Amino acid sequence: MDVLDLTRLQFAVVTIYHYLFVPLSICLSAAAAGLQLAWMRTGQERFLLLTKFVGKLLIVTFAVGVVTGLVQEFQFGLGWSAFARFYGDVFGPTLAIEGMLAFFLEATFLALWYFGWDRLPRRLHAATIVVVAVGTLLSAYIILAANSFMQNPIAYALDPVTGRAHLTSFTELLTNEVVLAAFPHTIAGCAMAGGGLLMAIGVWRSSADAAFRTLSRLGAWIMLAGGAAVAISGDHLGKVMTAVQPMKMAAAEALYETTTGAPFSVFAIGSLGHDRPFFSIEIPYLLSFLGTGSFGGTVQGIDDLQAQYVAEYGPGSYVPMIPVAFWTFRLMMGAGILAMALAAFHLWSTADRSGRFTARLARLTGRLPSFLQPGSGTPRWLRRFVLLAPALPAAANTFGWIFTETARQPWLAFGISKVADGISPGLTSAEVIASLAGFTLIYGLLAVAWCRLVMHLSRQPLAAPPVSPAAAEPALAY
Amino acid sequence: MIEFWFAVLVLAWMLYFVLEGFDFGVGILGPFLGRSAHERGAIIRTVGPFWDGNEVWLVAAIGVTFAAFPDWYAALLSALYLPMVLVLLLLAVRGVALEFRGKHDSAAWRRRCDRLLSLSSAGIVLLWGAVLGILVDGLALGAGGEVTGTGLARSLGPLFTPAAGIGALAALLAAILLGATFLALRTTGPVRRRARDLARHAATGGAVTLLFIGIGTGSRLVLAAAALVFVAGLQARRSREATAFTAVAVAVAAAVFAVFTVHGEVVLRSTLDPAWSLTREGAAAGPEALRLLTVAGVLILPGVLVYQAWSYWVFRRRVASERVSS
Ligand code: HDD
Ligand code: HEM
Ligand code: HEM
Repeated sequence: MDVLDLTRLQFAVVTIYHYLFVPLSICLSAAAAGLQLAWMRTGQERFLLLTKFVGKLLIVTFAVGVVTGLVQEFQFGLGWSAFARFYGDVFGPTLAIEGMLAFFLEATFLALWYFGWDRLPRRLHAATIVVVAVGTLLSAYIILAANSFMQNPIAYALDPVTGRAHLTSFTELLTNEVVLAAFPHTIAGCAMAGGGLLMAIGVWRSSADAAFRTLSRLGAWIMLAGGAAVAISGDHLGKVMTAVQPMKMAAAEALYETTTGAPFSVFAIGSLGHDRPFFSIEIPYLLSFLGTGSFGGTVQGIDDLQAQYVAEYGPGSYVPMIPVAFWTFRLMMGAGILAMALAAFHLWSTADRSGRFTARLARLTGRLPSFLQPGSGTPRWLRRFVLLAPALPAAANTFGWIFTETARQPWLAFGISKVADGISPGLTSAEVIASLAGFTLIYGLLAVAWCRLVMHLSRQPLAAPPVSPAAAEPALAY
Repeated sequence: MIEFWFAVLVLAWMLYFVLEGFDFGVGILGPFLGRSAHERGAIIRTVGPFWDGNEVWLVAAIGVTFAAFPDWYAALLSALYLPMVLVLLLLAVRGVALEFRGKHDSAAWRRRCDRLLSLSSAGIVLLWGAVLGILVDGLALGAGGEVTGTGLARSLGPLFTPAAGIGALAALLAAILLGATFLALRTTGPVRRRARDLARHAATGGAVTLLFIGIGTGSRLVLAAAALVFVAGLQARRSREATAFTAVAVAVAAAVFAVFTVHGEVVLRSTLDPAWSLTREGAAAGPEALRLLTVAGVLILPGVLVYQAWSYWVFRRRVASERVSS
């Protein structure tokens, strides 16, 4: 690998890692806010216990999100200084505004909330967690707007002297059609990830406390709703993407020839090269529908696009890695569908049998094996594989990003500059190998510590005081 | 406009080094000033609600550097690639040690977190000090604004210069002083006493170091900072903790200011050819970006200052380091 490949690999590793924790923070802060409001409205003890529990998960997850996010903020200068110079006018203000607007809000108000239970009036205290939740959405929106610029550069002009990009309109940058489509999709993906974590902990601990059963069902509902939203928004995102980066959709299907009424292959065995794969399962017309909204729509093929780009941008290959695009796209969807099925099954099997609706359903399903009947309880296999609930959405998120970013290649910002032109000119391979090793080691340790802590926190009885009397928190004096 | 954003940028870096400086100091001192698990808990508790908000000043400072002076951001970070990566890795360890410490009810876990916190805080402070020293000295920037060289030495080399060493030493003293005066201000009982004693002794050392640096570089600001640190020591002796902390904070801010303005218009000096140095004008973003930044900054930053001040007010009480039955 040369220094360019190493730097790309490092960017991918570090960003994917950040994005394992970020969705959890986004979802857990909203969940904590919702649970606290539910407690204030209903006065039910279990909601208070769950609010505090989710709050602890949020704090430890947020910490990892923060320290890995800090790395992101520096990365553009460390490894991609040419990119930073070229797009400084577009990216710099966007990141600075994100920091000033969202990160201060999140960090300060999360501390006020977490440490402020007995120091702030009740309503004000509840407001602080709502502010945190809104802050996480703001930061997600702004950073996605920056990313959308790379997918579909708008609102810029190239300086005739320096050749650098200048921002022409910030509002236009913030209303890029790509970010408008990507934001709902990513947030829905975040809901799936956070919901999966809550469901897994709830199922794992459901024998310990009735409140954990509430948690497992809440998590499953969040995951299911997120799944529905992910599918609807993903469909829309696919159309926007086909319009702005037709090569990406063609690569996702390994579609070489421009086709009308193109099919979508669910699965393929064999080469994804020019000859058709050795075996594939295809759904007729689906690709045309995904890409254009009409079953008879025309989807441009890779060969035509390549010829068109050579004419437009000069000689070179404009084809991304086809197998990566093909498989990550399918794995994203597949993992999401499996996760939804898991959530739906959990809701079904833990339904309250005394409810009228469930009772009527149970009469209809009476002939099925008992574990398929509503309210039959969580089967043993689900307990054993419950880690799939958070793992599948996390995998879908990761595959989604790998697809989005690698199928943008060879472009850094689509149509204006290539990845190879973005790297820091002086950077040496030895430096990148050293830093990549450092990140891998430290991030690995962080992941182990995070997992241990989440397990430990989940094992604590919900109603117990936060720490044992021997190690009681130091008192406050004036 | 460029001057205005240069001022904002220096202000953000000053705030970052002062605010995060005291929580670095508290982190370093934890195992030394806290003799029992309880006392160490009290020490960490003084920064618990603040450190993350303080660290966002780094996000703001680097964000404003990127936004207002993209060339500076690009040149500085890629030239100091490995030192900055080290800072980031240590910051990651530190943030997680701080936040994870109190979530596990085991003495061994906490001891490990305390030790990691202390070591990583010290490492970060030394590195930041070295980076500031390097800024004063300048870097081997070529015509394209990038440092050339081979292997690891390209970006690690500058760390092994006298300027970096002096900067590291001064920063370590500054963090210890900030931490000690902050702890004296925010705790009661034995920790408060010990922190006060430490502040007294460290102030003498700090004042002398700054005096030498001030004479060596001829910077009046640094000499003033030395005087302030000396005054802080006197104030700590008289248990005027708030004044002592303020004096140290102002001294650190002055020293940071001195580093950023030492070369006047030049923000990053090239040691190879003065013509290749990076100036404010040359590094600045275009007028549209600066205008956008101004609107956003004027709308957002005052609010940030207000709610951060409010959070310091909400958690203004001292933490008892002796056992109090409540
Ligand atoms: C739980 C996560 C999750 C799940 C189940 C799905 N996605 Fe997704 N998808 C993402 C999480 C995600 C993501 C991580 O949020 C991405 C990466 C970049 C982005 O904007 O969103 C993404 C990207 C992404 C893109 C590429 C956008 C671009 O390159 O500009 C398309 C076309 C879709 N998705 C479509 C779908 C469809 C049709 C799905 C069918 C059910 C689907 N996604 C499920
Ligand atoms: C939203 C803000 C983001 C921005 C501004 C951004 C920017 C970049 C940049 C500058 C590169 C390096 C140049 C290149 O290889 O094209 C890159 C590559 C990459 N990013 Fe993103 N990224 C963002 C989000 C993400 C996320 C959240 C993930 C994953 C979870 C991700 C995954 C990747 C991957 C896998 C690559 C390597 C692609 C390759 O080189 O083939 N990105 N991104
Ligand atoms: C490459 C681009 C990215 C950069 C430069 C970046 C930067 C950062 C920084 C500096 C922080 C720490 C903030 C603090 O100190 O409080 C952070 C946390 C966060 N980031 Fe990222 N980020 C990137 C990608 C993303 C993406 C793609 C999303 C979401 C779609 C996202 C959402 C968040 C959220 C919600 C937080 C706060 C929650 C947490 O800490 O877990 N970021 N990011």
